[in-house]
This record gives sequence, C-alpha cells and structure tokens, in this order.
Amino acid sequence: MSPALESTELLIAVIARLLEGCRHVAVGAASPIPGSGALLARELSRGAMRVSVLGSLRNNFFTNGGVELFDLAAQGRIDAFFLGGGQIDGEANINLVGTGGYPASKVRWPGSFGSAYLYYLVPKVILFREEHTRRVMVPRVDFVSAPGTSEPSLYRPGGPKAMLTPLGLFAFDRARRRFRLESVHPGHTLEEILDNTGFDFDHAERVPQTQATDPAWLELIRGRIRGEIAETYPRFAARMQALTP
Amino acid sequence: MTGPLCTLDALAAAIPDGAALAIPPDNCGAPIAATLALIRRKARDLHLVCVPQSGLQTELLVGAGAVRTVETAAITLGEFGPAHRFADALRTGRIRVLDATCPAIHAGLLAAQKGLPFMPLRGLIGSDLVANRPDWKVIDNPFASGDRIVALPAITPDCALFHAPLADRHGNVFVGRKRELLLMAHAARSTLVTVEAIASGDLLEDADRAAGVVPSIYVTSVALAERGAWPLPFLDQYQGDDALLARYVECSRTQEGFDRFLAELLSRESGSA
Repeated sequence: MSPALESTELLIAVIARLLEGCRHVAVGAASPIPGSGALLARELSRGAMRVSVLGSLRNNFFTNGGVELFDLAAQGRIDAFFLGGGQIDGEANINLVGTGGYPASKVRWPGSFGSAYLYYLVPKVILFREEHTRRVMVPRVDFVSAPGTSEPSLYRPGGPKAMLTPLGLFAFDRARRRFRLESVHPGHTLEEILDNTGFDFDHAERVPQTQATDPAWLELIRGRIRGEIAETYPRFAARMQALTP
Repeated sequence: MTGPLCTLDALAAAIPDGAALAIPPDNCGAPIAATLALIRRKARDLHLVCVPQSGLQTELLVGAGAVRTVETAAITLGEFGPAHRFADALRTGRIRVLDATCPAIHAGLLAAQKGLPFMPLRGLIGSDLVANRPDWKVIDNPFASGDRIVALPAITPDCALFHAPLADRHGNVFVGRKRELLLMAHAARSTLVTVEAIASGDLLEDADRAAGVVPSIYVTSVALAERGAWPLPFLDQYQGDDALLARYVECSRTQEGFDRFLAELLSRESGSA
C-alpha cells in the first residue's frame, strides 16, 4: 500500500479520536485532512456531533455570512477547531504571516485568517501541519499571528490542546507552556522527531507508537468519508482514490 | 431619473482613485469583470478592504499597480499556489499592508453599519497584529475591571464592489446566504454590484427571497456582467477555469509574466463557455 495513503488515513483517524465527545467541530479553509477527520468523528458519534466545514454547502448551516463562525466561537458554541502555521514554536505560538522581516517579508504567507481570534476562544484547538521540519518547528516564530498562551488575567477560554504532524502526536500543557510527545506514528522514531524539531519538548524515554487505524474506520474513510469530503475537496478525494488499491 | 442600471465601464468610473474599496473573498462573488474594468480605466491608489480576505482580485489589482493599501486577514489563491504579486509588492514596499484577522474586519464594518466609532473584540491581545496596528487600542472593559479588550475603529469603505446572481431594475440585489455582502453594503458609503442577470419585477415582493436581498437604498449602481466572476467559480452557476488559475500562479512569478497574462485576460475576459 502507498505510504502517502497510509499516513493520510492515520492522520484522519487520529483527528477523529481527538474530537471524541465534541458537540460541534468547525473546520476552516484548505483543510481536507482535518475535514475528513471531523466527518469521521461525526460518523462514529452516531449523530451526536455537528460538523461545520467552511467552503461546503452540505456541511455548513451558516445563514449569517462569514461572521457567524466567529460569533459561534465567542459564545462557546464551537468545541474544536484546527489551525496551522508556516512556523510553530515550542510555546505553541503560530505564524501565518511570513518570515524575514515585517511587513517587507522575504517570504510572505497568506495572513493570519481567523487565528488571532479563534485560538483564544475555541477550547480545543488542534494544531495540524503536514510538514514536520526545522523550517516549520522553530525555536521562536518570526511573527506571532496568535500566541499559544496568555497571562492568566486575559479572557481566554480557548487554546491549543494538541499538535498533529506526519511524524507524531503532541499534547500541549498550557501551564508549563510546553509540548509533550504523546506518540510516534508507525514507521517513524523519536530520534527522527528530535532531529526535525527546532524546539525542546517533553517525552518519555520510550514513547508509545500511535495506534494503528482500525479496519472498520479505514472502510469508512475510503467510503462514506471520502465521498463526503469530495464535495469540498474534489482534488484531495481524487488523489486519495488514485492511491487506494 | 435614470435608475441604478449602468454599464460595466460606468460602474468602474464610479470608483475614484484613492477610494477605500470593500471586496469579498474569491468564493463569495469576487467581481473579476468589474476588476478588469477598473484596471482598464487605470485606477490608482486604491485602499482594498478585503472582507475578510481576498485572492485573485487583489492579485490582479496589485499587479496592475492600482493599489496603495491592502487591509486583510489573508491573501490566498488556495490550492493553486502563492499570491506572488502581493508578496512581491510587499517586499519592494510598493504597497502598505494592514494585517488583520477575519472577525476584526467584520467588527469594523459592523461598527460602520451601526454608525458607531468602534467595536470591541475578544482575542488579539499578545498577537503581533496588535503591535503593528496603532489604530487598534487595548482598553479596559468599562463594566469589569482588569478585563482588557481590543477596540477596533469603524471601517467605512467609500465603495463596496461585488458580483451577485440577480438584481431588479430598482437596484434590489439578491445575495442569498452570502450575508457578508449585505454587511459590506450596510457599512459602505456606496455599493456597486455586477450581476449575472436582471430580473423583471421587484425582488422584495417574493417573501421567500426578500431576506436574502440587499435593498436598493444601499445600492448605487448595478451593471450586467454575465460570467462576471470568471475565471473564478460562481456559486452553483459555473465552474472556475482551474487550468487558467494554475497558469496565473506560474505566470505571476514575474511582473513581465503577469503583464502578459493580464493583457491576455483583458482581451478575452468574457471567457470560454
């Protein structure tokens, strides 16, 4: 089987596990893997979970325009959301703006989107990034689109809970402002993660391996979930389809 | 009394150089035909207010030298690739950027809609966005001591410009669920719209549709522009030209490549059916 397919399906399954128990999960732009994970979690919840996928018609109930997602978040009506970053540092600060100076950045990324708001207000923010290198996982971000933590006096019901990459799954400890490596994905090692991470993080001496994807979940991912995500991400769904034996 | 209907060129002429111009995201009625008309009339010094982000429309205007300031939460061409002209203009200091976050732009427009000087917003504190926006103020919640919150000044665009499926001859414009377009119209001093079609009758007479209508009191001008979002997709009415958008990203790596692409787009803007 294709390693790319296996890795993508594992990420979708890990996301679904992280979302267990959520009532309402929202998925932002350009997020086919988080979107698939959320739709899988909804499937497994047997109707208890609501999922809002930005850019979808079928999985989007909003009738008050783009502002509705943010209003829902401010009221505590969104339990989980996904953010990424061109750079992420060990205190979970994220940079979606660029590197090499500001505003005349050598490398300019799209911009902060809703991160400087949702990171503060959604209780379970999952950092998701498909590249795990020292270029991304840096000692200190060049620009703070949104900080990982805030001083206790600031109104902040939300923040990072986990970070998922193609190499492993981390938990974030808000009080200690540090990541802890929870598990290493099959085919990867702690050494590889240490080599590719530009910041310190906590880890056990022997880190467990990420749980393999349940065959019943695989069937769902390749069937109903792929069909559902194709509405919003047709190219992603077609790519996965082409890799599937 | 001539009514709100006008030509595309007249619509573009109603947006003066230096105007603060509110525009929607690429997937929400980005008015590309009107954008090309603006470029044809050599618009200059525009202050784009992206509600809350933009893509191809901003790329085209920046690449054509029509823009002084971009106020936005993001500029993105999605999976097609980076926004090269925007990034290059920033690197060389040809444009000023006012980086924001999506709900901050919504909040500024909401303040303008209500005729208020500012709107408070949660989040933001500790972000470098605040450090780079001297027009945003961190204040104390007057109702709870020790609770800091950011006050954002009202955003009152001179013009809002977007593409919609349908208008009537009175200037009522149907936007359906795309209510950020309604917010733009409420906040802006004037609203200019291109549409796929002009309806006979009055859109407000249909009770099922009325809630999705921008009433004519907000609408200054409407121009018919069939396939007016092309090469972007438009609702369920037509697909985007993905091959062309992918080629845009390649061509726009250099200014010369962009200029050639733009010339081609201007000459065939009505698009291939």
